[in-house]
Amino acid sequence: MFDLKGYGPELLNGAVVTIELAFLSLALALVLGLIGAVAKLSGSRVAVGLATTYTTLIRGVPDLVMMLLFYYGGQVGVNMLSDYIWETYEVDFFFQFNPFISGVITIGLIFGAYMTETFRGAFLAVETGQIEAARAYGFSTWHTFRRVMVPQMLRHALPGIGNNWQVLLKTTALVSIIGLTDMVRVAEEAAKAERMPFHFFIPVAFVYLALTAGSELFIKWLDKRANVGVIQET
Amino acid sequence: MPPDFIAAWLNKNDIFTAMTIMEYWDGMVTTVQLVFLCLIIGLAFAVPLAILRTVKNPFVSGPVWLYTYLFRGTPLLIQLYIIYYGVAQIPGIQETFWWEIFREPFYPALLAFTLNTCAYTTEIIRGAIISTPHGEIEAAKAYGMNWFMRMRRIVLPSAARRAVQAYSNEVIFMLHSSAIASVVTIVDLTGAARNIYSRFYAPFDAFIFVALCYMVLTFILVFAFRKLENHLLRHQRPVGS
Repeated sequence: MFDLKGYGPELLNGAVVTIELAFLSLALALVLGLIGAVAKLSGSRVAVGLATTYTTLIRGVPDLVMMLLFYYGGQVGVNMLSDYIWETYEVDFFFQFNPFISGVITIGLIFGAYMTETFRGAFLAVETGQIEAARAYGFSTWHTFRRVMVPQMLRHALPGIGNNWQVLLKTTALVSIIGLTDMVRVAEEAAKAERMPFHFFIPVAFVYLALTAGSELFIKWLDKRANVGVIQET
Repeated sequence: MPPDFIAAWLNKNDIFTAMTIMEYWDGMVTTVQLVFLCLIIGLAFAVPLAILRTVKNPFVSGPVWLYTYLFRGTPLLIQLYIIYYGVAQIPGIQETFWWEIFREPFYPALLAFTLNTCAYTTEIIRGAIISTPHGEIEAAKAYGMNWFMRMRRIVLPSAARRAVQAYSNEVIFMLHSSAIASVVTIVDLTGAARNIYSRFYAPFDAFIFVALCYMVLTFILVFAFRKLENHLLRHQRPVGS
């Protein structure tokens, strides 16, 4: 039963790939989101314009289309670059654009845009009195940002980060379409070969369900911890 | 007749010929059909399900909760695969008329999308229903309205106003998710782009163009929902604006 016709170990490896992909994309998304939010709140017209263009573009285009563009387009781009380097410097340079890298870049970029909005809202929720107090203590801008704004912003950002993470986790399934051997890909090949779709897809669906349910509990726990110093009305 | 400069440009261009433009157009029609149908059917089922979900009896609300939990907790791609590959496995289906319908990939995809969007919409509407101010319901009761009339005249209209913002996000989300229909051989917008990519090996032309098409569709939806929101919430607008 749990052997899954010999595909069990392969599916397990696929699950590990899915989790790696999700965590790396999350890390990229958090970094991009922080940069995006700071850019949006910076007041500099160029930075605000760039960040707004970024979030608008991402929200207008489906994740799959973006993934296909980065995967196929990325390879063509690398090929053009390596041709150019060969012709001008006669240096042999080549690198294969793999589905994992394109997956991390695409998912990171997409959720970076959503995180930008989350962080922007969270930064705005930090009381101005806190920032004024930091100024009064002679904190520099960087110090205020790192010591006062970021720690207090995280509490407000946590629910948004949690929601984005849940969606991100499910988006990782798309990377199987561009050929990454994650668990969806393994299940699809197994289902086609054995002609038993339910036998392979339903366990995979339950792995996703377990991952989302587990993260829900974890986020709830984090949220409770982050709000420990706050009196909440019930 | 298109203006001459467009015709001239199309003649010079290898990829954007009249033929590929027609392919994109057909893909766009398929995408719009698929998304529109699944949203309409999903919404129609979501309203009664959301009401059932708010019922106190756990034997009524429990199954609805389980349905939304399962469909919101798993990727749409898996749901699509299960339905697409799964229907052919139902014993005896190949002899019935259902096989004529489900042999086309369009209908399994429509079923998967509908079930998915219905689950999300149910939760959105439920959230709006349970946040109805208690006073409104008490007032309705004081006027002697029965449950049905209260639902129809008070709860649902005010819930609709509170749900429209979240629902507009769901609609855009569905438009974007519909791109995965191309995986089960449906030639929607993304499917057309993938065909054209593989024919010309021109990823930038194929995918950037299709990204622009989706963007136009998204902005039309955003605009339409903003109009609708303004219309529904016009009683809350500050005086004089």
